[in-house]
Amino acid sequence: MTETLAETTTEAEEPLAAFPMPRAAGCPFAPAPAARALQGERPIAKVRLWDGSTPWLVTRHADQRALLGDPRVSANPLVPGFPHPNEGFRENAKRRRTFLGMDDPEHARIRRMVTAPFAIKRVEAMRPDIQKITDDLIDTMLAGPTPVDLVRAFALPLPSLVICRLLGVPYEDHDFFQEHSARLINMESSVEEVFRANEALTDYLDKLVTVKLADPADDMLSELAARVRAGELTQREAASMGVLLLIAGHETTANMIALGTVALLEHPDQLAALRETDDPKAVARAVEELLRYLSIVHNGRRRVALEDIEIGGETIRAGDGIVIYTGTGNWDAEVFPEPERLDISRDARRHMAFGFGVHQCLGQPLARLELHVVYSTLYRRIPTLRLATAIDQLPFKHDGAIYGVYELPVTW
Amino acid sequence: MRVEVDVPKCVASGQCVMIAPDVFDQREEDGIVVLLDEKPPAALHADVRESAVVCPAAAIRVVEE
Ligand code: HEM
Ligand code: SF4
Repeated sequence: MTETLAETTTEAEEPLAAFPMPRAAGCPFAPAPAARALQGERPIAKVRLWDGSTPWLVTRHADQRALLGDPRVSANPLVPGFPHPNEGFRENAKRRRTFLGMDDPEHARIRRMVTAPFAIKRVEAMRPDIQKITDDLIDTMLAGPTPVDLVRAFALPLPSLVICRLLGVPYEDHDFFQEHSARLINMESSVEEVFRANEALTDYLDKLVTVKLADPADDMLSELAARVRAGELTQREAASMGVLLLIAGHETTANMIALGTVALLEHPDQLAALRETDDPKAVARAVEELLRYLSIVHNGRRRVALEDIEIGGETIRAGDGIVIYTGTGNWDAEVFPEPERLDISRDARRHMAFGFGVHQCLGQPLARLELHVVYSTLYRRIPTLRLATAIDQLPFKHDGAIYGVYELPVTW
Repeated sequence: MRVEVDVPKCVASGQCVMIAPDVFDQREEDGIVVLLDEKPPAALHADVRESAVVCPAAAIRVVEE
């Protein structure tokens, strides 16, 4: 750390900007203004992280795509120079390895063990189930008192129910796994809290794999258990993959449902257009646009260079950390004209809300389907849906690895 | 237009199947890309080009003839 500090004082006259950068007060959807400024002035710039390390922050769409697709760029958090988001993540990475933090060919080998259930056609077959879950949750909400917290009553249970079914995790345990998942991805959590949450979840999934070994069902954990039996994975590896899938499967979509609803309520013309359309393609476009506009995985894709890379007039040296902030890439006017406008009719498919390169989201077909069902159902069934509080009173997840709201009081 | 897919590169994102389902499909066992139509009709060219752009693994090549 002392070395890094000495190096930067000689290299740069001005002190480096700290990352993560805060969003502007009163602009809960926009990416951090300081990062947007860098996009215009210095699209590949050094920044300073919590531990004093000074990785590159990459803010333009084209450079982000190039680097995320570059095999000289590693996602392995054990490579020296990797820009860890905080101490908990850094320490936990030493204990818990999943394909999210591996490079090809190892990454491809393991990812392919779990790709089949996420193929477009397999996922599409889940539509009636997801529609039913959505309708049932809305029925329950409508039968209850208002105001209601849309996160607790709808946004969180929906993807949790879906991923539980897919994995073969009993939904009754949702309080347990939601609480520990939230702790695991909270940037403010201490190392001990992260360790405890990770152990609790991994032990839990480990026990479920034991159950599936003895009594297999038609679910993903049983498929993983079969791979354990075949010697392709250790039971602990299978459990860690289960944890990754469980967390990624509910926290992300839940935030897109809740934050997407806030964004639509703040843009009544867009909400009206979405509510009134009967065209599934128009809803699909709205899904992509909301993914682009909100870029909820907002801490930057974390990578490290394995070789020297020349890009945009800069040289990223082997061992340099790289932080790819897709929030600004998805608001890059070169790709998305008037990026600050939420426009559900635009073609936003080139967004990188699911990342890019070989780690691009495994669950994206499922996430898209869930959002398609929700966005075409919720606002039709509750046409007078509105916030039950002022927008500036909402608890936004500035401290989360995944952005959203902790609570969303609504009424109708 | 001729389409080529680099199967070992594919990460089964499903993006191409979502955009151009008449040209791309996925293997049942692991979701890896299957090319259905290597000479798609002109009406699908725009979708095929878009698939190549959004493919996260650069596994789709479009040769304009
Ligand atoms: C709207 C919802 C979602 C968003 C915005 C999202 C976003 C992302 C992003 C940005 C990445 C890339 C990480 C990186 O490059 O470092 C990723 C990877 C991943 N996502 Fe999602 N995700 C969502 C839903 C899901 C769902 C429903 C699942 C289902 C289980 C899932 C499973 C995964 C997995 C396993 C990876 C790791 C892939 C790899 O490393 O090869 N995600 N996601
Ligand atoms: S878009 Fe690319 S990575 Fe995704 S399924 Fe098609 S070929 Fe494979």
